[in-house]
Amino acid sequence: MRAPLSWIRDFTPADAPIDEIVAALNQLGLEVDAVEEPGREVRGVRVARILEVLPHPDADKLQLADVDFGDGQTRVVCGAPNIAAGMVVPFAPSGATLPGGFTLERRKIRGQVSDGMLCSAKELGLGDDHSGILALAPDAVLGDDVRPLLGLDDVVFDLAITPNRPDAMGIVGVARELAAHFRQPFTVPDPVVVTDPGVAITVPVLIEAPDRCPRYLARVAEVTVGPSPEWMRARLLKAGVRSISNVVDVTNYVLLERNQPLHAFDLDRLAGPGIVVRTATAGERMTTLDGVERELEPTDLLICDADRAPQALAGIMGGGDSEVGPTTTRILLESAYFERMGIARTSKRVKLRSESSARFERGTDPDGVAVAADRALELLVAVAAARVAPGSVDEYPAPVVRPTITVRTAKVNAVLGTTLSGAEVREALAPLGIDLAGDGEVFEAVPPSFRPDLDREIDLVEEVARRIGFAAIGRTVPKPEHQVGALSRRQRDRRLVADALVGAGYSEAVTIPLVSPEAVARFSDAPPVVVANPLRSEESVLRSTLLPGLAAVAAHNGARGLADLAVFELGRVFLRPDPDALLPREPECVAGLRTGTVRRTPVEPDRPVDAHDAVDALRSVLDALGTDAVRIEAAPVVGLDPVASARVLADGHPVGVVGVVDPRVVDALGLASPAVAFELDLDALAAAPTRDRQFRSVSPFPPSNVDLAFVVPDTTAAADLVAALSGAVGPLAESVRCFDEFRGESLGPDRRSLAFALRLRAPDRTLTDSEVAEVRERAITAAGALGAVLRG
Amino acid sequence: MNLADALALLERSAAEAAAAVVGAASLDDLASVERDWLGKRSPATAVNEAIKTFGPDERPRAGQAVGAYRAAVTDAVAVRRSELEAAAAADRGPGLDLTLGGHGAVRGHLHLVTQIRRELEDIFVGLGYRIAEGPEVEDDWHNFEALNIPPAHPARSMQDTLYIELGRPEQVMLRTHTSPVQIRTMETQEPPIYVVAPGRTYRNETLDARHSPAFHQMECLAVDRGLTMADLFGTIEAFAKRLFDDESVRTRFRSDFFPYTEPSAELAVSCVFCHQRGCRVCSHTGWIELGGCGMVDPNVFVQVGIDPEEWQGFAFGFGLERIAMIRYGIDEIRTFFDNDQRFLEQY
Repeated sequence: MRAPLSWIRDFTPADAPIDEIVAALNQLGLEVDAVEEPGREVRGVRVARILEVLPHPDADKLQLADVDFGDGQTRVVCGAPNIAAGMVVPFAPSGATLPGGFTLERRKIRGQVSDGMLCSAKELGLGDDHSGILALAPDAVLGDDVRPLLGLDDVVFDLAITPNRPDAMGIVGVARELAAHFRQPFTVPDPVVVTDPGVAITVPVLIEAPDRCPRYLARVAEVTVGPSPEWMRARLLKAGVRSISNVVDVTNYVLLERNQPLHAFDLDRLAGPGIVVRTATAGERMTTLDGVERELEPTDLLICDADRAPQALAGIMGGGDSEVGPTTTRILLESAYFERMGIARTSKRVKLRSESSARFERGTDPDGVAVAADRALELLVAVAAARVAPGSVDEYPAPVVRPTITVRTAKVNAVLGTTLSGAEVREALAPLGIDLAGDGEVFEAVPPSFRPDLDREIDLVEEVARRIGFAAIGRTVPKPEHQVGALSRRQRDRRLVADALVGAGYSEAVTIPLVSPEAVARFSDAPPVVVANPLRSEESVLRSTLLPGLAAVAAHNGARGLADLAVFELGRVFLRPDPDALLPREPECVAGLRTGTVRRTPVEPDRPVDAHDAVDALRSVLDALGTDAVRIEAAPVVGLDPVASARVLADGHPVGVVGVVDPRVVDALGLASPAVAFELDLDALAAAPTRDRQFRSVSPFPPSNVDLAFVVPDTTAAADLVAALSGAVGPLAESVRCFDEFRGESLGPDRRSLAFALRLRAPDRTLTDSEVAEVRERAITAAGALGAVLRG
Repeated sequence: MNLADALALLERSAAEAAAAVVGAASLDDLASVERDWLGKRSPATAVNEAIKTFGPDERPRAGQAVGAYRAAVTDAVAVRRSELEAAAAADRGPGLDLTLGGHGAVRGHLHLVTQIRRELEDIFVGLGYRIAEGPEVEDDWHNFEALNIPPAHPARSMQDTLYIELGRPEQVMLRTHTSPVQIRTMETQEPPIYVVAPGRTYRNETLDARHSPAFHQMECLAVDRGLTMADLFGTIEAFAKRLFDDESVRTRFRSDFFPYTEPSAELAVSCVFCHQRGCRVCSHTGWIELGGCGMVDPNVFVQVGIDPEEWQGFAFGFGLERIAMIRYGIDEIRTFFDNDQRFLEQY
């Protein structure tokens, strides 16, 4: 909210330097977003009366105005359409300065000399109104400086009020806080309302939903609708509210000052003088002041006339036909207290937040309803020639009870880490309007009715903290005594995996898990978890695989000419919930994507990336985790090339995929070609067996190396042969490695040659030739069982 | 052999050895020459043998002569060896140009958010904390209700929530903060509790320079007997000093509102870039706002079955991207999620 200092000073001196006031507001939790001095640069602008308006001889849209500024007369050129003889206006003569440091000079405009200018509100730094020259009060003294008249010597604090402090959304609330902080007097004068027995109207009020509207007060007055006086217009403008008419301005003025939203109905446009407060019926409709027809629900609260026709969406916005207009002569003034949650629900449902609803949903002062109405009537008498009907209808069947809260000085100190005395606690709380009874160790505190946020001991502890200031609280560092700080096994594994991939040349990407359904469907046929209220389709489902995100990273970089890319991501993916669960499954995965060329020139030739690069990266992850019993098995994978893709199994359970990205996907996304990828489910891997870590002594004896080449059918995987050879050789097989793959016409169709290097070694001796020969035979037999024929 | 014979032999040998050394055509030749003239069958060895038969006054003279001979031949061999080695190297052709570099990229880079996250985790582990984690898709209870944010509470409008099509309307959502991890930790763990919870959080915003639908936060929760607001402030200050590696960092707290803490405060640290003289990073205020903090609200303790009279706690949280942006002068949050190779490789 915007709080002009001049307004605050109606209630407390607040005469400290501006920076001290700002510091105080910040400490108190009324955060100062900005300090504005709208008129700081305005110098030499004076009150003038327009004597005569003449057409500009050479310009259709310009006029000449002769003005009288008290001790002289002159002529200016003016482009505003609203000027007329007799109007009193702000006049900036040559030599005057305006916001922005702009100094006026006497100059010719389309051939006519202009000795300064007439100013709009915006040109004086008073808000955004630039539709015409600002009209000053007709009785303003000609020649006077406009600064005091328009309050241009004022300072406006733009405050960010937290939702727990509705009271601070009113000027009085801000003044109360500052008065307490600076230990200065704080006075809110009681409004004086002169009533007129000649205006005698009874307005029955029927509250049908007292739980939603605990209090409803109605007053009646005859008014003369017209413009507001300058001081009120200027004050509202500085608070960010445009002037509409004196009656509407008064309701806004009291809202800003007292935090009590008011509504003025045109009494003669209500069907019968009476108010019914009721909930809506299903399917009922009404048109609010903003011109929108709204369908209502039974949870919406309505203010209706005697015919039960809706005239306002209670606490949110007026409507119906009862809006105050230029022809209004009699008003019904509503001052009410609405239950907070009901207003919040309706306001959220109809997506309509107003100055009123923002206050009601945070909690207004149920005991401030009558005094706010009085304040409005006092002002209406002053600015709208109101004749106020005596008496009010005040339906308040079950007055809101203020809580009594026990506050222990010891608890205050225990929470804050302070050593305050009971007297200091009392001194902190009393100026906030909190009634305190007690001996200093324990208080019985009754918070004021305008502070709905105070109903527990801890709420008052916070008030003490705000009042003494956080700077008064010490700095100590607690040390956990029951535990040692450490990462869990899983958290350490996560770091190992990322570090392994970094070591393998992959950089980590962090992408946003919200993607488009099309993007995720490219790499997964599982139905994704769907966002109910996405802003756009590109962010409407959650990823069920990390690959769409990495593909987007590759596309982004490719579009910037960075085609050779190796990236990985480690993070959660989202799968639809298990049958009895509410929340999705969120396995943690790691995926890598590599595109373009492996650069090895000038030392060796470049080569395109291939699937084996992805296998290398995958193996670096598995090695970092120590995962054992891993198999790679050719299989079709969504998004990967069917002839170059595989599943990864650990101990027989699927843990991931690897392969070449489907060329159709590469084309569709405009990726650099080729692209290879892998993805592993770290949750599944966490359950997989890991390498035996029991120490095995290393044999000091020399190895025996045996090379074997076989002709095998294409359907036999190299890994299966390695496994068969290792199994056949048994513990003597220190390593079995495929070192050559060869295809040729001599081998026949659908066959290839695979060559293996076996390194044999015994722990306790050098193997004899006959032992090696025997092992060799066993290996050949085992390979033969898989259809492998030893090459001659 | 008498002394005169010995001296003559050494003089003659020295001349012959010098000629042989110069005449050696290869390193192998030279090794053989060195053996002939300095080895076990060399004149020097012969003289040394003969010295035992010389008179006591002759021995020093003979010894000196042997030493001079050995030094002269050894020096000559060394000179010739370096000549021959240089010639051999020249025969291998031009040297390798190692400025050509290696085969290619040697290692990748961790994302900046991960680097910051690890750094923060390590600071808190050093302070004795454990790392807690929770799901990114949350239910209404953990994200709002247990945190003292009932339905239609005005604080819910502070959060632009992305809801998920699961359960009742608005029952399941992408977590709007890491605070639900506080609840999950307190539901499953008896106090005392000292944890930090880093993780991804979501808002209903479209990615642009200043907004992102996902970003990262870190939450700290401590629950113990007798924890005070001074403990909260002291912990934050200790953490901030490590984060900025600057013992002069100070902290500032201003009253604020969060439904799940009371008292609540906004936390700021003194600007480490200008030491409060005023700079762009701190917008010339001398202070950098980092996040929010407060004492755990007793209502939150009640929701998870912890007795607020026995236990007190504190919590604070802040954004990881924000810390990186402050530290490295990054202007746009989308930079983190574009994952441009040049950005990834800068850190």
